[in-house]
Amino acid sequence: MTAGVDTRHPTPLTFPFKRQIEDFFEEVGRFGLLLYQSFRSIGEVRTYWENLLIQMVRIGVESIPIVALAAAFSGAVTTVQSAHQLISPLIPRSVIGGVVVPSMILELAIVTTALVLAGRVGARIAAEIGTMRVTEQIDALEAMGLNAVAYLVVPRVLAGILMFPVLYAVACFVGIGGGIIAGELSDSIPAREFIEGGRLYFKASDVTFGLIKSLVFGFTITAISCTKGFFASGGAEGVGRATTQAAVQSCVFILLGDYLLATLLL
Amino acid sequence: MIEVKNLYKGFDDKTVLHDVSLVIEDAQTFVVLGQSGSGKTVLMKNIIGLLKPDSGEIFIDGVDTCTLSYRESRKLRENFGVLFQGGALFDSMSAYDNVAFPLHMIKRMPQKQCHERVMECLELVHLPDAAAKMPSELSGGMQKRVALARAIALEPKYIFYDEPTSGLDPKTSNTINDLIKDLDLRLGVTGIVITHDMHSCLAIADGIAFIHEGRIHWTGDVDDLHAATDKILLEFVKASEYQIGHH
Repeated sequence: MTAGVDTRHPTPLTFPFKRQIEDFFEEVGRFGLLLYQSFRSIGEVRTYWENLLIQMVRIGVESIPIVALAAAFSGAVTTVQSAHQLISPLIPRSVIGGVVVPSMILELAIVTTALVLAGRVGARIAAEIGTMRVTEQIDALEAMGLNAVAYLVVPRVLAGILMFPVLYAVACFVGIGGGIIAGELSDSIPAREFIEGGRLYFKASDVTFGLIKSLVFGFTITAISCTKGFFASGGAEGVGRATTQAAVQSCVFILLGDYLLATLLL
Repeated sequence: MIEVKNLYKGFDDKTVLHDVSLVIEDAQTFVVLGQSGSGKTVLMKNIIGLLKPDSGEIFIDGVDTCTLSYRESRKLRENFGVLFQGGALFDSMSAYDNVAFPLHMIKRMPQKQCHERVMECLELVHLPDAAAKMPSELSGGMQKRVALARAIALEPKYIFYDEPTSGLDPKTSNTINDLIKDLDLRLGVTGIVITHDMHSCLAIADGIAFIHEGRIHWTGDVDDLHAATDKILLEFVKASEYQIGHH
């Protein structure tokens, strides 16, 4: 119904969050543009292969200690809490292993890994590339005839996609190991029963699901962080802003992606 | 030869360059003079291809760079050496690696040949002993000299200098000016210097274009500059002389 509205002389539309909406679409556009340029540059292997190996070490190998630490404690806490809730004469103790193992494989290992790396890897990528942007180092790369996207963005995104599944595997093993140790230490479940329960409830499709999530999150974190860094502006403050936004937005998209993938694939 | 025809460039609602036309002949040191914010660096980035003009044409050796694909544009840029305002050295690499970078990444030069060229470039800027140092260990003037060594590494035909003396003390500025003139003469390259430094301009310029509020306001050489009667140009020169005297 348009009763009472003068359609001949409409008042100009004013959006309450016009600026924010414009910024959002600008950001989506930048992300799309950088992705498009990255896909176009993927054939320039000679430009990025050395950097790819360096990034695989920085993103993957150097992240193993923090990922292992986070996964070990997730596994341990999940075991202790499951034991607290499930200990009953009617429930076999092996059920605790049956709860912890699928939880680690399906959810905890990958989400913990991704959230930890959103801070560690995401912030580092945005800060590195952002600093290169504001100090004209990216202009210097382009000015000498090098494809800056191929040199900086492609190896980081590829390293993320390649190394996140490896980190996910590490997190699964260490997390389950943490659960076994916590079960023994708290005297709630012996290792043998924990493993027995875990094997009983283990499904190979859960691993496939976890691997798919790790690929998606590896891409999400690196792509968002590269975009934030690549389009940073405004000196040190701009780099700081890009770094914070990279970490925060990566976390948001991990949580959102986790829900969407669970809805789509399970 | 570089020829810029009716160039317009703006950002958001602000037009930075208005109808800029310019001819830079080969084998000379050409200075684009103007105060901060006048559009000098935007002009340089348009010529290099780091920015796309809104309209107008830019010819490098007869090739219209505005119609080139990204790949063709990158190939053309191998003829350019650029000294950025802050040096833009890669801070994760030593001075040696910075100079070796374009030789390794662009020319794919064998290691022995690359080493010889790097040392040759560092000697040209009188810094062979700084090879192992990281950019953070170098003074501002030394960083600019290493950046200059990197800029000449690929033996470019054109070298762009963006504010080469800004932030440097007068003595180091003179060293950089001497180096620019010496390199342009010795290597036979075309130097395009973007600056607001009158002292530098008078020391090195073969040709001058004065840019004011995004327009080429005046062109000539050093003799013409001494005889100039243009009010805006004279105001700029006077302000610069005062600054030099003041310091």
